[in-house]
Amino acid sequence: MKYADEFRDREIALGLAKAIRAEADAGRSYRFMEFCGGHTHAISRYGLEDMLPKNVRMIHGPGCPVCVLPAGRIDMAIRLAERPDIILCVYGDLMRVPGSHGASLLKAKARGADIRMVYSTIDALGIAQENPGREVVFFAIGFETTTPPTAVMIRLAQKKQLSNFSVFCNHVLTPPAMQNILESPDIRNIGRVEIDGFVGPAHVSTIIGTAPYEFFAEEFGKPVVIAGFEPLDMMQAILMLVRQVNENRHEVENQYSRAVTRDGNLRAKEEVSDIFELRDQFEWRGLGQVPYSGLKLKRAYAAYDAEARFDMHELRVDDNPACECGAILRGVKKPVDCKLFGTVCTPETPMGSCMVSSEGACAAHWTYGRFRDHQQRRAS
Amino acid sequence: MKAYQRKLDIRNGCVDLTHGSGGRAMAQLISGLFHEAFGNEWLARGNDQSAFDVGAGRMVMTTDGYVVSPLFFPGGNIGSLAVHGTVNDIAMAGAKPLYLSASFIIEEGFRFADLKAIADSMGQAARDAGVYIITGDTKVVERGKADRLFISTAGVGVVPDGLQLSAENARVGDRVLISGTLGDHGVAIMSKRQNLAFETEIVSDSASLNDLVAGMVEAGGRGIRLMRDPTRGGLAAALNEIAQQSRVGFHLLEEAIPVKPGVAAACELLGLDPLHVANEGKLVAVVAPELAGAVLAAMRAHPLGRDAADIGKAVADDHHFVQMATSFGGGRIVDWLSGEQLPRIC
Repeated sequence: MKYADEFRDREIALGLAKAIRAEADAGRSYRFMEFCGGHTHAISRYGLEDMLPKNVRMIHGPGCPVCVLPAGRIDMAIRLAERPDIILCVYGDLMRVPGSHGASLLKAKARGADIRMVYSTIDALGIAQENPGREVVFFAIGFETTTPPTAVMIRLAQKKQLSNFSVFCNHVLTPPAMQNILESPDIRNIGRVEIDGFVGPAHVSTIIGTAPYEFFAEEFGKPVVIAGFEPLDMMQAILMLVRQVNENRHEVENQYSRAVTRDGNLRAKEEVSDIFELRDQFEWRGLGQVPYSGLKLKRAYAAYDAEARFDMHELRVDDNPACECGAILRGVKKPVDCKLFGTVCTPETPMGSCMVSSEGACAAHWTYGRFRDHQQRRAS
Repeated sequence: MKAYQRKLDIRNGCVDLTHGSGGRAMAQLISGLFHEAFGNEWLARGNDQSAFDVGAGRMVMTTDGYVVSPLFFPGGNIGSLAVHGTVNDIAMAGAKPLYLSASFIIEEGFRFADLKAIADSMGQAARDAGVYIITGDTKVVERGKADRLFISTAGVGVVPDGLQLSAENARVGDRVLISGTLGDHGVAIMSKRQNLAFETEIVSDSASLNDLVAGMVEAGGRGIRLMRDPTRGGLAAALNEIAQQSRVGFHLLEEAIPVKPGVAAACELLGLDPLHVANEGKLVAVVAPELAGAVLAAMRAHPLGRDAADIGKAVADDHHFVQMATSFGGGRIVDWLSGEQLPRIC
C-alpha cells in the first residue's frame, strides 16, 4: 500500500530500535506518555513494545475523545434522543460508550430512539435537509482535529438557512489535558506521576501547530515530540525523546514535519475561534473536571447549540469507585493493577474510560498485549 | 378445462400479499419462478417435502439465514450467497453437500425481476456446487415488516466414514492453512453501503468450497483436523473459537497472511483489521504438520485455493491466545472483534 508501507518498513524499524537501545542509558529508566489513542493503537497493533529496551516504557495517555467522554454527557444525549422530534446523528464508535446504569446510545436506539450512525459531518447535514419536519442534532466529539469540520458544518447550515439543525458540542483540547495529567489536585491521592516526556499527536498539530506546547515544555520541564501515527513515526519520536532526556533538554520537537508547522492551519484556527469559545471546565472520564479543556458554541451561534436550543441540563455521574483509570491514564498504575481489568471490565462491557474504545489504554492492552502479562508472570 | 391465468409479469410486476396467501397466485410464483430457476425432479413432484436416498457415511446438517444488505453486491447477490454459505458449512465437516432447502420471506412490493435474478443465481450456484434445492417455502409480509427479502437455507450432506473434523481436534504443532486472500467479501459489501460508498475493484469472494475441500480431503485425509469458513468476525474469530475448543494457542506470521492491496487500503481508511472482516469463499484448515505440505499443494492446485498459504501453527498455551508476529517486527494478540463491525454482512 503506497504512502503507508514506507512508514512500516521492518528494516528501518530494526535500525531505529537498535539506535534506541544504544542511546538509552542503561542506568536510568525512561517513561514517555503517548497522549493520543491513535498512538496507543499503533504501539499495540504493531507490537512496538517488543522492540523497545526494558528501561524505555510507554504510558498510554487519555487522548481518545470517545473514551474520555463522561457518562453524564452520554446520558444527556440519550435523554435528548428519546424525544420523538429528534434525530441524533453520531459516529459509530460512540454507540457503545456506557452512560449511567448500563445505558448506551445503542440500547436507546433499540428501544426506539431515532439515532443514526454517520461517517462525516456532511452526512448529518444531509439528514437535516431530508427531514425538514424533524430536529437533527449532531453529537460532535473530538480533539482539535475534528473541531474545524464541525465549524464548517455550522457555517454551511447557516448558509443554507437550515433551521432544524444543531450541534451537541463535546469538543475538547489537548494541551490543557496534558497539563492536568501532571498537576491535577487528584495526584495527591494517586501517587507520584513520573513521566519523562510526551509524544504529541500530529493530526492535532496540523491544526494548532507545535507552538501551544512550548509553554508546557518550558513550565513543566518535559520534552514534547509531535509525531505521526505510523509505527516508524513512533519509533523515531521515541528516539528523539531519549536524546532530549539524555541531553537534559525539554523542547518541542516536530517529528511530523511532512505536515506540521509551528503555527498550524491559520484558516482552520480562525474558523474555530469565530464559532467556539472555551468552557470554564469540562469533565473527562477518568480525569474528572479539567479547567479550560472543552469548547462550546458562542452565544451568537446559540441557534445551532443543542444545549441551548433544547434546554439540556448538565448531568453528572460518578465513575465506578474501583476504577483505576485516573491512575492508569497518568502512568502510576498499569491496566493489570486494576481489579476490574479483564474481570467485569472488558471491551464488551467497559466500565472505565480506558476500556471504552479500542484506542483506550486498557482496551489496547486487552486486545493486543495481554499475553505479555502471562509471559512476565511466568518469567518471574 | 384449465382455468385461464395471466402470466407473471416478471419484467414490471412485483410481489403482493396474494403471493404468500396459499392460493393460486402463490402456486404460480412457485412454479413460474422458483421451479424454473431450481428445476429438478424433487421439486417437480410438488410435495411439501422431498424424500431422498442417502449413501454410506454419516449425515451432516446445517442451517443459515441471509439478511445481507445490499441484496446485490459486486461478485454476487443474496441468492448465490444463500447457497454458498450453506454448502460451505456442510463442506467444512469434510462432507459432500447433497440437498438444500430454501425459505423466502419477501416484503410486499419486491420486484419480480429482482426475485427472478436472485432465484436464477441460486439455481446456478446450486448446479455449480452439484447440490439440489429440493424443498422450500415462501412467505410475504406487509411493507415495512421486512427489508425487501430474507432467505433461509438448510442443507444436508454426507461425510465419508472415518473422517471426523471438529473444532476440538487441533493439536500442538499443527499447521494453519488458509485458502486465499482475506476480507474480500466484507470490503465489497461495505463499498456499496449507502452511507459508506467508496470506489474499489474488490468483488466478494462468495463461492462454494466443496470441490476444493474434496481435493484437500483426498490429499490430507485424517491429517486434516478441522476446517472453518471465516465468515462474520473473520479469521480472528474462527481461530479464537478453535483455540478455545481445542485448548491450544496459535502463533501466526502477519507477512504470510494474504490480503489484497485494495482490501488493505479500504481497511486502513475505515480503521478495520482485515483479520476481522468477513469472507464467504475462504476456509482455514488446521492440518497435522506431516501432511500440511500435501494439503497446501492440493489447495493451490484448485482455482479457489490459488493464493493458499501456511500462516502459522498451533502452540501450547493455557490462555488459548491467538498471537501474531507483526510484519513490523513486534508481537500482538489477534483478538475477537468486539462490538459490531457492520451489521447485515451476510
